[in-house]
Amino acid sequence: MNAAVAFVHDQLTGKREFPKFKAGDNITVNYKIIEGNKERIQSFKGDVIKRQGTGHTATFTVRKISDGVGVERTFPLFSPNIESVELNKVGRVRRAKLYFQRSRSGKSARIKEKRMATE
Amino acid sequence: MTSVFSPDGKQTAVTIIEAGPCVVTQVKTKETDGYTSLQLAFGDKKEKHTTAAEKNHFAKSNTSPKQFVKEFRNFSIEKALGESVTVDIFAEGDKVEVVGTSKGKGFQGVVKRHGFHGVGEQSHGQHDRQRAPGSLGNSSDASRVMKGVRMAGRMGGDRVKVKSLKVVKIFPEKNYILVSGSVPGHNGAIVYIQK
Repeated sequence: MNAAVAFVHDQLTGKREFPKFKAGDNITVNYKIIEGNKERIQSFKGDVIKRQGTGHTATFTVRKISDGVGVERTFPLFSPNIESVELNKVGRVRRAKLYFQRSRSGKSARIKEKRMATE
Repeated sequence: MTSVFSPDGKQTAVTIIEAGPCVVTQVKTKETDGYTSLQLAFGDKKEKHTTAAEKNHFAKSNTSPKQFVKEFRNFSIEKALGESVTVDIFAEGDKVEVVGTSKGKGFQGVVKRHGFHGVGEQSHGQHDRQRAPGSLGNSSDASRVMKGVRMAGRMGGDRVKVKSLKVVKIFPEKNYILVSGSVPGHNGAIVYIQK
């Protein structure tokens, strides 16, 4: 990365500690909503369909089915409004961008879970 | 370019500009030159790449040879020869203009260069007029192509000024200015900032 860009983000952008997640994983994003001077936390649970960009401008998109309607939401990875990210399930998928999920519904839209041995 | 977040979570696209410190290498006044201006110099260059005339010029202001020299007319701040101009002259929230040389695009057609929409459609038996310029003018009355008709040609590499960019943040220790949005030119290009 460019030294100037690295310096600026070192000064301005806070460090983020999230569990490692990728496309196909099921996550919950706890997002701060500011209404006037009140602040509350809204959670958005769904499958990650893409991670996009590099460095401090990277974003990720979460898709969920809400009342039978597909809803997608893109979050900047370094947004100060993201309170936390929880990793619910690790999915087994073969590609990095899951746009094909948009044309699927019901049973075919399920993502197989990757099960790992626990100690 | 990159982007930064405000405390309330708003994301702004910014460009980082290393502004200065610039050394005043000449002061022009109304009495001696007929107008007032400051000549500023930025970026060191090697002694062996400097001509004798330039060496003498920089010696007058007690500085090492500089790569870029630019005169700014009617500079709002009074500075003496050899003093330096830093990012301190800007403040966060200021509106500035940035002047630079745009990226060269090579030989481009009228659709990219002038924003023409092309001629014709994709279907109905047409196939090769989608990026064409269309008519260049009239037929018998004139019988020639008027001067200045927009055609294909070299694009980019021009002097471009971008107005009313906001100064988002200043780092005086590194001489960095963060302005909102994009500025002309490639990464590492030289630009001038005016208030």
